[in-house]
Amino acid sequence: MNAVMTSSAAELSQGRAAGRGLRRSLLLAPSVGLLLLWMIVPLAMTLYFSVRRYNLLDPTITGFAGLENYELLVTDPELWTALINTLVLVGSVLVITVALGTVLAVLFNEPFAGRGVARLLVIAPFFVMPTVSALVWKNLMMHPIYGVISFLLRSVGLAPIDWLAMAPMLSIIIIVAWQWLPFALLILLTSLQSLDHEQREAARMDGARPLTMFFFIILPHLRRAIGVVVMMETIFLLSVFAEIFVTTSGGPGDSTTNLAFLIYTRALLQYDVGGASAGGVIAIILANIVAFFLVRSIARNLEA
Amino acid sequence: MAQKKSAQKKSGQKKSGRIAVAIVAWAVAIAMFFPIFWIVVTSFKSEVDAVAAPTLLFRPTLESYAEVQQRADYFSFALNSVLISVGATALALLVATPGAYAMAFRPSKRTRSLLLWMLSTKMLPAVGVLVPIYLLCRDLGLLDSRVALIVIYMLMNLPIVVWLLFTFFKEVPHDILEAGRMDGARVGGEIWHLLIPLALPGVASTALLSIILCWNEAFWSLNLSSSQAAPLTTFIASFSSPEGLFFAKLSAASTIAIAPILVFGWLSQRQLVQGLTFGAVK
Repeated sequence: MNAVMTSSAAELSQGRAAGRGLRRSLLLAPSVGLLLLWMIVPLAMTLYFSVRRYNLLDPTITGFAGLENYELLVTDPELWTALINTLVLVGSVLVITVALGTVLAVLFNEPFAGRGVARLLVIAPFFVMPTVSALVWKNLMMHPIYGVISFLLRSVGLAPIDWLAMAPMLSIIIIVAWQWLPFALLILLTSLQSLDHEQREAARMDGARPLTMFFFIILPHLRRAIGVVVMMETIFLLSVFAEIFVTTSGGPGDSTTNLAFLIYTRALLQYDVGGASAGGVIAIILANIVAFFLVRSIARNLEA
Repeated sequence: MAQKKSAQKKSGQKKSGRIAVAIVAWAVAIAMFFPIFWIVVTSFKSEVDAVAAPTLLFRPTLESYAEVQQRADYFSFALNSVLISVGATALALLVATPGAYAMAFRPSKRTRSLLLWMLSTKMLPAVGVLVPIYLLCRDLGLLDSRVALIVIYMLMNLPIVVWLLFTFFKEVPHDILEAGRMDGARVGGEIWHLLIPLALPGVASTALLSIILCWNEAFWSLNLSSSQAAPLTTFIASFSSPEGLFFAKLSAASTIAIAPILVFGWLSQRQLVQGLTFGAVK
């Protein structure tokens, strides 16, 4: 009786193993299939358009362009400015949000009166849509005449600054960092809360100074969390668009044109589908280079 | 005696330290929140007061709200935002759940690389594929359509949704699902009746994050919608350039555009953090 059962169980499990592989594939099919489509169809189309002459306004411009679009783009200094702008924006915002986020996480982890409410206030900018935060900073905060910052500068006797005209990239960085700092803070704070209380107490008992504590206990503990912040933010920062669209429109000149905005102007303002597609291919290549290094270094932190 | 004194001194130090922490932390909190606070304040000003020197002393009025509503029907934009965010999130959960289940409970050697590949598709910049998606939508008659935005937002968030569900599912004990399987539950029933209820907090925080990302998404909505399907991001952008100087109206529009998601975010803050940390921070 017992033997019969085990043998049939063995058969069953053998059949199951075969069925299991198939079933797993079926279960995975919707998400993997859709993502493949989402990746390959536009990518193929972008590659195709990038070697075509194609202008939405002028249907007579047509035909195979070879690498003409790329040539035009690569020799256009605007592309290189856009590439540098993209990297400057991503890099500065990452540095600001991670550094400030870490300090603030330590601060907001200490007990103080009204901590719960203060935390809610600090994380609020994360929920504000980029179009709104850009508009508000542009008009209510940084406006050279009516902005609050100008008012403060004037009230201490300084000349107001026309932020978006005089320091456009810095202004964009401030706006974007304001949006992403709460995100970094939230994650780092959560991670900090899991730091073993006893470990901290023990270190304190041993007479560790606050700075020693910070560099030898807190920072190593936050490593994984910082990895998550860097990865998530990079994904979103590489394609910052609304903040630039609403405030500077890439200007003055091309001083705040990032890759996302450059492609947008090519495609939907100059109707140059070929050129825009070539820009898209370059953007994809850049993202892949970044992704390659990023995923490599951070994948170890995300246990899969 | 001396010991007592030093203890007193220490506790005094601790107390003043606490006050310093409170002051700095509150200063930071107020500075970070100030722009949002200022939007709300300005929204209750008249246009004349809005461009006067910044002050909290003014006669509050609702005229800006009335004018905003007259110019563009807020509720139709808000309805689009809700339908698109919720629709895309529901669809993403539906598509992602079976995959995440398979990866969490029937892992293979390729599971890890599959997950990383999914995440890497998220790094492809939307601009890179703007042109083909725009042309596809145009040719399929899907410009300015809610369906197109729902599908695109779903695809946009799918990698993150799959990854998050996977991390939350992984924490569900295998034994319970195993027992269900012994009772003859089919895969669908196993997921729906056992897994989802067990992983509900995780599913909820995944959904919350997805809704917030959809609500604030501004790239596809600005480029693919104009009026019919336009969500609140487009509504706000329409107040940007020529009317930019009408500060009170701009503020009123901004207030009603961010209020729902801000309140939603605050209420679900605890849940949300769990999702945000990507399961990698415990």
